[in-house]
Parts: sequence; structure tokens; C-alpha cells
Amino acid sequence: MIKTRLLSLTALLVAFSILFLVWNLRQPIPFILSLRAEKLAALIMVGAATGIATTLFQTIAQTRLLTPGIVGFDALFIFLQTLLVLTLGGVGYVTLPAFGAFLMETATLIVAAVALFGIILRKGASDLVRIVLTGVILGILLRGLTSFFQRILDPSEFAIVQQAMFATFASVEADQLAVASIILICAFAAALWMAPKLDVAALGRDPARSLGLNYDRFVLGVLALVAALVAVSTALVGPITFLGLLAASLAHALIPSHRHAALLPASGAIGAVILLSGQFIFERVLSVTSTLTVIIEFLGGLLFLVLVLRRRT
Amino acid sequence: MIQVDKLRLSLGGTPILKGITASMPDTGITAIIGPNGSGKSTFLHTVAGLLTPDIGTVRIEGHDVHAMALADRAKLFAILTQSQPHLPRLTVADLVAFGRWPYHRGRPSEEDSVIVQQTLDRFELGALARAPLDTLSGGQRQRAYIAMACAQTTPYLFLDEPLSALDPRISKLILSQLLALTRDKRHSCRIVIVLHDLQLVAQWADHVIAIKDGVTFADGPAAEVMQNTRLSALYETEISVRPQDDGRVAILL
Repeated sequence: MIKTRLLSLTALLVAFSILFLVWNLRQPIPFILSLRAEKLAALIMVGAATGIATTLFQTIAQTRLLTPGIVGFDALFIFLQTLLVLTLGGVGYVTLPAFGAFLMETATLIVAAVALFGIILRKGASDLVRIVLTGVILGILLRGLTSFFQRILDPSEFAIVQQAMFATFASVEADQLAVASIILICAFAAALWMAPKLDVAALGRDPARSLGLNYDRFVLGVLALVAALVAVSTALVGPITFLGLLAASLAHALIPSHRHAALLPASGAIGAVILLSGQFIFERVLSVTSTLTVIIEFLGGLLFLVLVLRRRT
Repeated sequence: MIQVDKLRLSLGGTPILKGITASMPDTGITAIIGPNGSGKSTFLHTVAGLLTPDIGTVRIEGHDVHAMALADRAKLFAILTQSQPHLPRLTVADLVAFGRWPYHRGRPSEEDSVIVQQTLDRFELGALARAPLDTLSGGQRQRAYIAMACAQTTPYLFLDEPLSALDPRISKLILSQLLALTRDKRHSCRIVIVLHDLQLVAQWADHVIAIKDGVTFADGPAAEVMQNTRLSALYETEISVRPQDDGRVAILL
């Protein structure tokens, strides 16, 4: 059953990809196709990265309520980006080679996220309230610092940062696609390789340790992976908080198993299908471009409320 | 043989273990008893390496537990704590199969599934194998967790109050299965168990360690420790002990 569901998810993803590429195709075909292919690749990568990152994060945070976005991973990324523009100057930042800049940002985010969230999750996620509060406060702090730094920037430099701050699917930065796809593929392979250990880690710190898993070190590794995935999606389109929650929740609902070898591909595929189908319907069918993020955040936010309220009763 | 030497541990600045020295023999069931808040659970967690002591050592078969790699520990002893994993959709068979993880680390062999099946049968869980944990009663779930620890087939097994909130039939089933494990010829297992019910201790334990205020109050064969004066002093209340025909004792509160 799990296998057929994974296969039908893949089929759905392929179907939407083809639809996305060939719907209303006009002249000049090669040009439009290559434009669409770039966008398709970006959407799939963002959806997959967000879905997988959320499933990974939920496993080590021991909760189905949180996403890396909610506890401030992408706020951290944008803060680091602003800091980079501030220190290098707008011209310096723009003239950085895309490949090197992106790798550097990702590496910085990994180090910063492991340091910050490693402290919160180090001794196991025993206290959900503490994680949520620390994450939310950290997010506010980082966003506050970011906007402070943006005030110091001159307007042209500010424009560069602003581009990164809001989720837009209309303009995807194509030059980052190549390096993003390399990071994503490596991260996905690493996540699948870790799958049996993730199954054990999901039991919690004490049970996992008594089964011989070096839990504390493992959590840091998973956090690094989450940071890399968040960096990919934030760099490509900007922060989206609740997409991951949708993808991970649907994956758990669809795959009746605790095995991450099945959950991770499922959440990745679902994240990609949500983005792709949403973008297709809004941009191609309804011809409105800017509302997809709003809709996803709205539905994801609703789901978040439902999850929180159902947990109370 | 487990040797505990001058174990000291503070949690959040409060000293919990204040120099516990004890030894646990290589046979049967060792029970840890003591009043609430005396440090029993902390002691067991420290012996099992889940907590690191400030001072003192724990040696199991000569190995310093706190210097051992986690992967090696998991083949020497299994521990079941009171904080149990909450994974509602996990089935009983999947949970028990986790007990084999220290050996296969993700790639279960034929032998592993045989052991899982034997363990399920031993704890009368065969019929429930495919049931998700959240559909089980408290007793069934507890049995599944104990079965998971047993599936680790380690020479030592640590259990922290595994029988709280279980009815007499289930408690008896679990204890008799644990006793059978200790008498098993093929992979005999020494069990250390934190228990609150003195009657069960009197009836099932071979060796008793009593802890009071973070120090060893008594450490010896069950018959030696389970006596009127000692138990009354340990719990600071009148407890009388009646000898039974089978050589064990009955406890009257």
C-alpha cells in the first residue's frame, strides 16, 4: 500500500509537471519551454526541500506542530543575508559569483542554525513550549535586527535584500538553480541514508540512546541538513512558513508508517505537488500571479490552528 | 556483575545521589526500593548511563559504563524508562522490532524477525502484533515496551517502575516472564528493576538494594533486607513482615 501511494504521488508530480510545461504553449516554443522548465525546477525543488526539511525537523523536535519556518530558520537565513550585504556593500554582494555566494550563505546558515537550535534541542526535545517560545522569540529578534540593519543600508542595497525577503514564485533566480539542485540532491541522499536512524530518533532521546544511537550528535547532523534545505528554498523564492506543515501533515496522513524511508520522499513529493498544482491553477488557469503564497500560508495557518486545538482536547 | 562505586550526582544544584555504593549479583532479579524521592530512578538512570555522575563509577562486567560507546552499551544492557515514546501509529511488532536495532542498525535479518516473534509470543502479544500503540490499553502498551527491551537480548535488563498502574494478572504475567528470562539457559539475563510494591519485591526479587536520601540504606539478599525493622526504618512507618511457607515473606502495611 505504501509503495503504491508513493508511486501515485510520483505519477501526480509528473502529470502536473507535464501540464505545467505544455499548457497553452505558444510561439516561440523553445524559449517559453526553457523559461517554464526553469520555473518548474525551482518549484519542485522548493516544495521538496520544504517538505523534507519539515519532516526531518518534526522528527527531532518530537512534534507534528512545528516547521523550521515557525521556529525561525528562514528569519535566520534572511538575517545572515542582510548581514552579508551590510558587510560587503551592495556592489560587493552583487558581484559575488552566484555559486560561491550561495554556497557561503548556505554554509553560514548551517553553522548558525546548528549552534542556535543545537542549544535548544541538545538534550532532547523534552519541552515543546520552550522550543516554540525560544523559536518565536528568536524569530522576532532576528527579524528586528534584520529590519534595523536594513535601515542602515542605502536604498539601492536595500532593494537587493528586499528581493530575498518576500516569497515570490513569479521571479525565480535562475542562476541559483544549478547550485541549489546540487545541495538539494546531496541533502536528500543524506536524509535517505539517515532514514533508519531517524526512525529510532523518533522514539525520543532516552529510548534512542538505549538502542545505541548517539542521539545528541545525530540531532546536530539533522539540524545541519534542515538548514541546508531551508537555505535552498529561502534563497530561491523567499520564506514560506506553512507549506512544510501542509506537506508533512499530509505525508503522515497518507503514509501509515513510521519509516522515514517512505515518509521523506512522500513529504518531498507532496510539497512539490502543492506548489506546482497551486502555481499552475493560479498562474495559468486563473491568471492571477501573486496569490499562491497567500493561499498556502492561509491553508497552512488553518491547519496549524487545527493541529494546536486538537492537541488541547 | 554490576559494581557501583561512590556514585554522586546533582540535578539542578540539588544533590540526588550522595555516594551510593552497591553491587548486584549475577543471578536473578535485583529490586531497587526506597521512599518517594529517594533517588531510585536517578540511580537506575545513572547505572544505565543515561545520566552522567559527578563522581563515581559504574562497572558492568568490568566495563566502565560511562566510558563505553552507546552502540556497545546497547548490546550489554537494555533500559526501559518511565518516559515512553509516544508514536501513536507505531504497531506493536514495529515497536518490539526496534529492540533488534543495536544489532542490525537498519537492516533486519531473518534471525532478528525470529527473535521479535519469540518475544511477542513470550509476552502474549502475538495477537496484537499489528495493532497500533494508541489502540492498546495501558497494560498492553506497557507489555509491548517491556517486550521491546527484552528483544534486545542483552545480558542485563534495567526496568524503571514497569508495573505501575498494571492489574495483578498483568503484573504476574510480566514478572513470571522476567523470572523465566533470568533462568533461561541460552541467553540468561540479569534484571534490575525499580519497584514500589513491596509485596511484589518480597515475592519475586532475589536481591534488594534499598536507597534512602540518596545513599545506600541496605544491599543484600532479599531475605536479609525484607525484615520488619529494616523496612520500617526505611519508610519511617510501621511495616510488618510475615514469613510464608515457601520461604518468602508477606508484607503488611
